[in-house]
Amino acid sequence: MRWFEYSAFLVTVVLLARPISFYLMRVFCGQKTFLDPVCRPVEAQLYRWLGVDPKREMTAAEYFLCFLAFGMLSTAFLFLILMFQRWLPGGPDASYLTTPMTADLAANIAVSFATTTTWQAYAGESTLKYFTQVFGLAVQNFLAGAAGLAVGLAFIRGFVREGSATLGNFWVDLVRSLLWVLIPLSWIGGLFLVWQGVPLNLSAYIQAHTREGSVQTIAQGPVAVLELIKNLGTNGGGFYNANGAHPYENPTPLTNFVEMLAIAVIPAAFPVLFGRMVGRPRAGWLLLALMVVLFVAGLVICDRAESAEPRRLADLAVVGGNMEGKETRFGVGGSVLAGVVTSNGATGSYNSMHGSYHPIGVLVLLVNMLLGELVFGGLGTGLYSLLMIALVAVFLGGLMVGRSPEYVGKTIGPTEAKLVAFYALITPLVVLPLAGWAVASTEGRAGLVTNDGVRGFTEIVFAYASCMANNGQNMAGLNANSAFYNITTILAMMAGRFVLAALALELAGRFARQGRKAETIGTLPSDTITFGILVLGTVLLIGALSFLPVLALGPIAEYLKTAPGV
Amino acid sequence: MTASDETASEVDRAGEPLALSATRSNSTDPRSHPMTRSRWRKQLRPALLSVPLLSIVTGLIFPIALAVPARLFFPGQSRGSLIVRDGEVVGSRLIGQSSKRPGDFHPRPSAAGGGYDALASGGTNLGPANPKLRDGASDDPATPTVDESFAGVRQLASEFRLENGLPTTFPVPIDAVTRSGSGLDPHISVANATLQIARVARERKLSQERVRRLVQEYTFGPQLGFLGSARVSVLELNLALDDLALAVSSPSPASP
Repeated sequence: MRWFEYSAFLVTVVLLARPISFYLMRVFCGQKTFLDPVCRPVEAQLYRWLGVDPKREMTAAEYFLCFLAFGMLSTAFLFLILMFQRWLPGGPDASYLTTPMTADLAANIAVSFATTTTWQAYAGESTLKYFTQVFGLAVQNFLAGAAGLAVGLAFIRGFVREGSATLGNFWVDLVRSLLWVLIPLSWIGGLFLVWQGVPLNLSAYIQAHTREGSVQTIAQGPVAVLELIKNLGTNGGGFYNANGAHPYENPTPLTNFVEMLAIAVIPAAFPVLFGRMVGRPRAGWLLLALMVVLFVAGLVICDRAESAEPRRLADLAVVGGNMEGKETRFGVGGSVLAGVVTSNGATGSYNSMHGSYHPIGVLVLLVNMLLGELVFGGLGTGLYSLLMIALVAVFLGGLMVGRSPEYVGKTIGPTEAKLVAFYALITPLVVLPLAGWAVASTEGRAGLVTNDGVRGFTEIVFAYASCMANNGQNMAGLNANSAFYNITTILAMMAGRFVLAALALELAGRFARQGRKAETIGTLPSDTITFGILVLGTVLLIGALSFLPVLALGPIAEYLKTAPGV
Repeated sequence: MTASDETASEVDRAGEPLALSATRSNSTDPRSHPMTRSRWRKQLRPALLSVPLLSIVTGLIFPIALAVPARLFFPGQSRGSLIVRDGEVVGSRLIGQSSKRPGDFHPRPSAAGGGYDALASGGTNLGPANPKLRDGASDDPATPTVDESFAGVRQLASEFRLENGLPTTFPVPIDAVTRSGSGLDPHISVANATLQIARVARERKLSQERVRRLVQEYTFGPQLGFLGSARVSVLELNLALDDLALAVSSPSPASP
């Protein structure tokens, strides 16, 4: 049954990649779509109010600075809402909001939601007002997701264009992402989720009089507003503390399936869109095939680890897979699927507690994030996560055949090679020192309130890997609501969002200015299985060189420690 | 704005494939685009206005557009799938609730607050090798205000066997002795429910067959036949048992 669910998911994602890429291409090339009668007038009015000339294009630097300014202003706006939320009207009653909104927590939430990380150092039901959840967080789920999509498009244009100084207009891409893609899908998906049981109300927390005569206070809220876009925008921040495990956020196995599809379908369509736009559809499908291979590998390993009976409980005659921290309705299958999809999709909307996963299960999730979210990945940003590594492979391949390395007709000269190499180095350069600092400092170790030893070390590495990948899932045994974690994770989130985008856009700008080289027999073809294997090898090589030591000290050490006979 | 600037923007008319129209013909050296102050100032207004304006679109118009049909077509679900008995909310169909009485089906152990606290969703986050998960923890007498006691899997498993009259080495379904991710899991596995049938039937003086039929009624198979796991809804099942007891004790007036 689990394997049927996994296969159904993959088949749906791959089958949808083609139609979605067609639709995206029409939207962002300004061709006719069925939503035009509604969206065109709104779009034109928004441009008038914003003072945007949609015909005016931007250079890579301008595009990036608009993206950066938008992210920073979003952060500032959300920070103000958070700091002033206690004076804002609406529910729930202030007596339930027991987590104090400190400045460092507010800054952490603001950066986290404006960078699509949505790492949560707080519990929604005891920290935030409904107003903040909707007008602060749901809004950022939309805006930050759309901004990521825009950057992904600009990146594609760099490969498409020849002798062009520009990559498109950030504001146009942003508005079109929202009006044509994110808002309509979130509306239909949101209605579907309400039908399945996700609440949408502004009621006070309900006092239920239980059968045993006690009172159960049930947190309510406009959950459905946030629920679909948090996945579609690859954000992942839950309305409640338990995120996708909470029955109100994810009431049925079907909602789980749909929420996971929402994470993966657009990022999976992006390589296909890339292939179509550069006129090399096979190269695009090859990138998608690479994603599927890496996805399946992670899924199989994680499934084996979680479906086995927990070794430490073997002598207690307890039967079944590792259900600690997992919901009955999803079982091991729905939980593992969500774990692997969210860790690949830069989305933190886990539906089971990764802190209770088998060490090898944790290893899979951690590796997915450390490799830089290159399977599906973040909305828009996922494509360049994979392509940057593919370019390293092109460079290596070019060295091997002794020609100047090219990819889809674009030459990787010395500067381009440096940008690509720098991109590949940033994740270890950010994650490892921050994790080292946390482990070495008292403030950092103070977060280990649940597990210690190697498990605690893994929790810390997991936290920074998640923030750097703009993922946001956590091993919640780590108490991260302290000034130390709130501030250090901000560094990782900013680097993961803006430094990586800056490098990707700069590279795209350089490619756009180039012409396109004709393919010759000396060219390394970019759409063959050989090339695919070269890219896979490069992914594993870079990953292993950067992270094998830290993985050996964390999940691998824990696995060996609990192995039988040790 | 320079002259080359003008021509570059002329070509990319909105409505044209932006990507394809920027061809070699309008090729310009990027250094001929001076980053003049006016060029940057043009981005100031959209930068400043975009966040509040788009916030209104996605944070006000969108929620209303979603809420109106949601409340209209799915009023029960949008209010939280509450179960009302005699004008009083007794719980939610989706949110688990603690029930410890021997005549009730018991839900999974919960890590939400003191157990099924729907204000504090969450799991234990204990790693599989953490000794606390297996062996539990006792209350620390040094901290009288906090209760550190925690029932480990070993204790939960022996309690489960004792309650349900099972031999000491009888295999226990793992969901009966582990805590869910939300702490609010409304379901238990079918195997777990089946082992509780004898106890519930005895306590409620019902035939096991009767209780078994009721369990089947509140068992949900994998959705669409392949999604998720088969499961039994505990609160709904217990309420149905209560209704059965009421029906037995006070026969309906229509019966002869």
